[in-house]
Amino acid sequence: MTTLPPRPFSGVRWLVRTTLAVLALLTIVAFATFDSRSVDVGKATAEFLAGFQRLLLEPRLENVTFVELLEQLAITVALGALTTLIGAAVAFVAALGVARNLAPRWLSLVINSVTALVRAVPTVLWVLLFAVSAGLGSVAAVIGMSFHSAGYLIKAYAESFEEIERGTLEALEASGATWWQIVAQAVVPSSVTALLSWTFVRFEINFSTAIAMGAAAGAGGIGFDMFMASGFYLDLRELGAFTYAVLAFAIALEWFATRTTARIHRPG
Amino acid sequence: MLPREYLLRRRVWAGIGLAVIVALASGASWLTDFDLARALRAFPEAAGWAVANFVPDAAAWRRLPKILDKLNETILMAVASSTVAALFALVFAIAGARTTAVHPWAGLVSRGVATVFRNIDVSAWALILLFSFGQSAYTGYLALFFVTFGFLVRVMIETIDEVSTDSVEALRATGAAYTAIISQSVIPACLPRMLSWLLFMIETNIRSATLVGILTGTGIGFQFDLYYKSFNYPAASLLVLVVVLAVLAIEVSSNAIRRAVL
Repeated sequence: MTTLPPRPFSGVRWLVRTTLAVLALLTIVAFATFDSRSVDVGKATAEFLAGFQRLLLEPRLENVTFVELLEQLAITVALGALTTLIGAAVAFVAALGVARNLAPRWLSLVINSVTALVRAVPTVLWVLLFAVSAGLGSVAAVIGMSFHSAGYLIKAYAESFEEIERGTLEALEASGATWWQIVAQAVVPSSVTALLSWTFVRFEINFSTAIAMGAAAGAGGIGFDMFMASGFYLDLRELGAFTYAVLAFAIALEWFATRTTARIHRPG
Repeated sequence: MLPREYLLRRRVWAGIGLAVIVALASGASWLTDFDLARALRAFPEAAGWAVANFVPDAAAWRRLPKILDKLNETILMAVASSTVAALFALVFAIAGARTTAVHPWAGLVSRGVATVFRNIDVSAWALILLFSFGQSAYTGYLALFFVTFGFLVRVMIETIDEVSTDSVEALRATGAAYTAIISQSVIPACLPRMLSWLLFMIETNIRSATLVGILTGTGIGFQFDLYYKSFNYPAASLLVLVVVLAVLAIEVSSNAIRRAVL
């Protein structure tokens, strides 16, 4: 059998391997310095499996009625929708300032830097910060959740705008169209499908964020009910009913999104 | 179609679209008790408050070692849970992808399991896990692990089916063994893209870990909650500053790696 010559050095392969090695090392460190707080893993795992089985197989409502559950789910959906709409409105304007074919370079640099800064603060912290002056509730929740919603959509919208061919824009410019005319007559009509798809993808994310903010930051809705069932009533079976409601809605959204947005690429 | 007719039709559609948006917004505002005017007023109020109170002072800087310690814990949690989830996801994705499926049913099972895991929100997982694992680091690790696993199975299946379909068919035709195809062709070809998704999930999970920490009493989220509830805003502001710097640093390095390998 002939031996193959050694493979030539590949920078990409080296980088992939080094990154993986670093991640593996960090994982080992994480488990070595783990704060287990004297939890018996075996017992807890058995308990979890039994509990999860009850949650899945014996869901029932105790402290809220079925109509109330639907009401709370509707509130969570509405929170998600509001933050999506606000995010979309802000992002539409900002993305016009980011897209490389529409805006000067300095402007897109400024907006991108601000967006990166805004997105570096986790949503829950934004909500809690606004809650200090606006009080815990929907106002603080919607403002706080809108930051990441806008940041995500700015990037997505700007990329959609950038897909418009330079030739089209140049032709319009040469024919004497103003910047606003170009935006209204060429940019928006040709990217409207992509914009709608991205907005829907973000709505999916905002729905689950709304659950989380209900549980952790007093935003109300079904997340708060789940928090009460878990931390206050200690009722696994009721938590199961809420979990089913949330799961059904999320899967329906995902199914709809993959059917309608199959052509656009997700971030990553 | 006449230009005028075309423009009229477009205007009508724009009007309908606007009406739908306004109806949606007012319906949602009514349901959630949201008041746009109050929200707009909240901005200057919050900014004024932040400038006056949300600034680190000398006492806050003395808490820096404690904050960094908690940050470290949270970053490690995000990295470890995502990395382990990626390992599990790889196995499920290979079993589930159309190109490499061991059995048509395996794909159905692995997709189904992943769908359930990623569509239960990380906060909901944390609340479920709190029953058996209590306020320990396990709860956070497992909550992040489950959601990350569900998400990565989906994107890894997509990656394998996009990248490897042709080469797997070719190798099958040469009679190569299944394990050899996976280890010599599928994994090496898909690894850069999968790594890119893993880095994306680590970024996401550092933010999620903060949230989960508030619910489970661990890490930087819990530390923020402590400062916040005791009105120690200078310390809370330093904590936010540290989180921002850490997230930006991780984002910059992971973006650099992703750009280089893809």
